[in-house]
Amino acid sequence: MDYKKFFASNSWWAVLFILPAFLGVFIFIIIPVFMSFGLGFVKWNLISPPQFIGLKNYIELFSDEIFYKVLWNTFYYAFITAVFSILIPLVLAYALDRKLKGAAFFKAAYFLPYVTPMIVIAIVWTWMFDPNYGILNWLLGIGDSVKWLYDEKFAMPALIIVSIWKNIGYNMIIFLAGLQAIPESVNEACELDGATGFRRFFLVTLPLLTPTLFFVSIMTVISSFQVFDLIFLMTEGGPQNSTMIMVYWLFKQAFEYFNIGKASAIAYVLFVIILLLTLIQWKTRKKWVLNE
Amino acid sequence: MGLKRINIIKIISYSLLMAGAFSMLTPFIWMLITSMMTQKQIFSYPPEFIPDPLYIKNYPDVVKSIPVATYFFNSTVVAVLTTLGQLIISSMAGYAFARFEFKYREPLFLIFLATTMVPPQVNIVPLFFIMRELYWIDTYQALIVPGLFGGFGIFLMRQWFKTLPVELEDAAKIDGCNPLQTYFRVALPLALPALATLGIFTFILTWNSFMWPLIVTNSDNMRTLPVGLAILKGSFRETTEWGQLMACAVISVIPVIGVFLMGQKYFIKGIMLGGIKE
Repeated sequence: MDYKKFFASNSWWAVLFILPAFLGVFIFIIIPVFMSFGLGFVKWNLISPPQFIGLKNYIELFSDEIFYKVLWNTFYYAFITAVFSILIPLVLAYALDRKLKGAAFFKAAYFLPYVTPMIVIAIVWTWMFDPNYGILNWLLGIGDSVKWLYDEKFAMPALIIVSIWKNIGYNMIIFLAGLQAIPESVNEACELDGATGFRRFFLVTLPLLTPTLFFVSIMTVISSFQVFDLIFLMTEGGPQNSTMIMVYWLFKQAFEYFNIGKASAIAYVLFVIILLLTLIQWKTRKKWVLNE
Repeated sequence: MGLKRINIIKIISYSLLMAGAFSMLTPFIWMLITSMMTQKQIFSYPPEFIPDPLYIKNYPDVVKSIPVATYFFNSTVVAVLTTLGQLIISSMAGYAFARFEFKYREPLFLIFLATTMVPPQVNIVPLFFIMRELYWIDTYQALIVPGLFGGFGIFLMRQWFKTLPVELEDAAKIDGCNPLQTYFRVALPLALPALATLGIFTFILTWNSFMWPLIVTNSDNMRTLPVGLAILKGSFRETTEWGQLMACAVISVIPVIGVFLMGQKYFIKGIMLGGIKE
């Protein structure tokens, strides 16, 4: 190609405009993805030179009892969180969709937890969950019988409650957008046919909302698989590993035990799970239509 | 459907929404109240709800016991610079993808989109290694630079520029502006709503960011608010200074709530757009 022509053309300008973004994405996202894959096949403690050990990290991982415990915890956390982070916002969005006064207040109130730093949430909820002085047990009138974060059985449910509380606002906004995309004529037709209340919700609204529902479900599950702050700040994976989930385990392997190979293997297992979920979502994304 | 029926539906809706709003806001109110209580009152049982006396000394006390001002300054610098950088870099690339004709445009754009599928946690170990090789551990660069890039911002800006009419930019071209001048003088001012959306999003995400600052900082001078506060929470687990802890939590949450309330409209728009990564 003639270089004079090149510099006179849009291509030159395109290179100039895109180069900063491309370099950044290449160095800080694309290279690390491949490095992470490679590091899954070495033994390395960040200090001595890395040693190639083939599939050993993965074999060790899949024969480790804790791995299955962590995997189970992660799925359990993600799915229970997702179920309630979908049902509650769905009902709330449906209630909010009837042009009530104060809608702006409700939107802002529901949204606050979503924009709040996890450390702030962790401090307040840790104090509220306190078995002896917390307001939660006092409100429920159960004395100190449930020890929440200190109890193997209740630590995970406690974390799930906090996650649902944080997720509600975000999902409600998306459901609201989905509901508002249903044409007014559909609702009018329902009224003419006498389909109201629950009948209308289950027979008309819900089927029309399926794409949104599907999208929100997958997004919530994906983000739940990535949870870290909550675990680090409230339970540190305990008690007895009952809240040990994948990203926190990865963090511990990498930055506490300096077991880089194992950490990278965990990272890739997580990546594959999330990738599968994302692909399902992309395959069906065409059905997710948003009319503002 | 009678008037009575409509009223019943309204009452049910309101009750649900009020109950929801109550559970959303209680932790915040409880945090604010506790931050103004004496140690003795905090540990009273059954719990008391009105600070008596109003004990605001927790605020100066926490500022004395940990370098809150330094943390606050670091968080502000990192969030503001990340936001500005992200806005410039993403809008330039987004503009090029929306307006210029060039070879490999579509595949290149797909690469950017594909990077949004990579969970950041997968990259954290190699990124830490890269930071160490660059001697960036415990510096502002480490806190800011990796946060400047991402497919979402580029996608969002491209979508916006595509909806703008080309005529104004053509006029600028005829007046002798080169593409860079056209972008800065004509296109960028028209993209303010999209920039606001991306800016508010980036600011809040960066301000709240925890895992990355935790990993790449190790001195008190470089800590951001969430990490500093986490250390305080950890060390206080035994000493139980809940009043001071709550005071510091209130301080950390004010900027995000402020930015969110100011730009609520744009933030919500961004969430809806995030759902349609084309």
